Amino acid sequence: MDKKEKLSLIVFSGDFDKAIAAFTLATGAAATNREVNMFFTFWGLNIIRKNKGRAFTGSGVLARTFNFLMGGVKKLPLSRFNFLGISPKLMTYMMKKKNVATLDELIEAAKALKINFIACEMAMQILEIKKEDLIDEVKAVVGVPTFLDLAKDGMTLFI
Amino acid sequence: MKKHFLDITKEHCPMTFVKARLKLDDMEKGDELEILLCEGEPLDNVPKTIEECGCRVISLDRAGQFHRLKVRK
Repeated sequence: MDKKEKLSLIVFSGDFDKAIAAFTLATGAAATNREVNMFFTFWGLNIIRKNKGRAFTGSGVLARTFNFLMGGVKKLPLSRFNFLGISPKLMTYMMKKKNVATLDELIEAAKALKINFIACEMAMQILEIKKEDLIDEVKAVVGVPTFLDLAKDGMTLFI
Repeated sequence: MKKHFLDITKEHCPMTFVKARLKLDDMEKGDELEILLCEGEPLDNVPKTIEECGCRVISLDRAGQFHRLKVRK
């Protein structure tokens, strides 16, 4: 059998619409028999926090403030026309009405397809996020060399 | 050998592929799956994807406004 094609996504953005784009690509690729890695860094870590709302994570004042303000997957803003957080809810409503998978459904599909979730060690250090603050499906907390090894010989996209 | 059925006529990308893939993953080797799908992206790519996953396309027929794909795992 031929070696599987591979897609690796660097999920940098914590924007709602960009998270949808990342998970749409990832699940589509995994469902069509590709190996998929999702490397979550900086604001992208908000998508995979265990706490989906706002929580004071970390020990330093700055980290706790940042983490509270950013929140989890239920608090992701739309990259344009966020309107104080109303737009992601409206977008989700529109997606459901059109029978298009919502972000929650895409994340669940990614888990079911056993996509390789990995988190950026450096960004977690800055934001004082621990592995136990992230969803259980995150397999490892890694640095650049490990990610590059995983992404080797495949396509890599930055979102 | 069990027979399974999946209707993805109301689904959109990527869930057309995701649902087909997850259904196949749940099936035993030798089981048969009948998928009802739409023209366009699903018809162009679901059969191809299924074969790439190591399953065999048995038949692909028109079923009214949709298409009926039969595959064996």
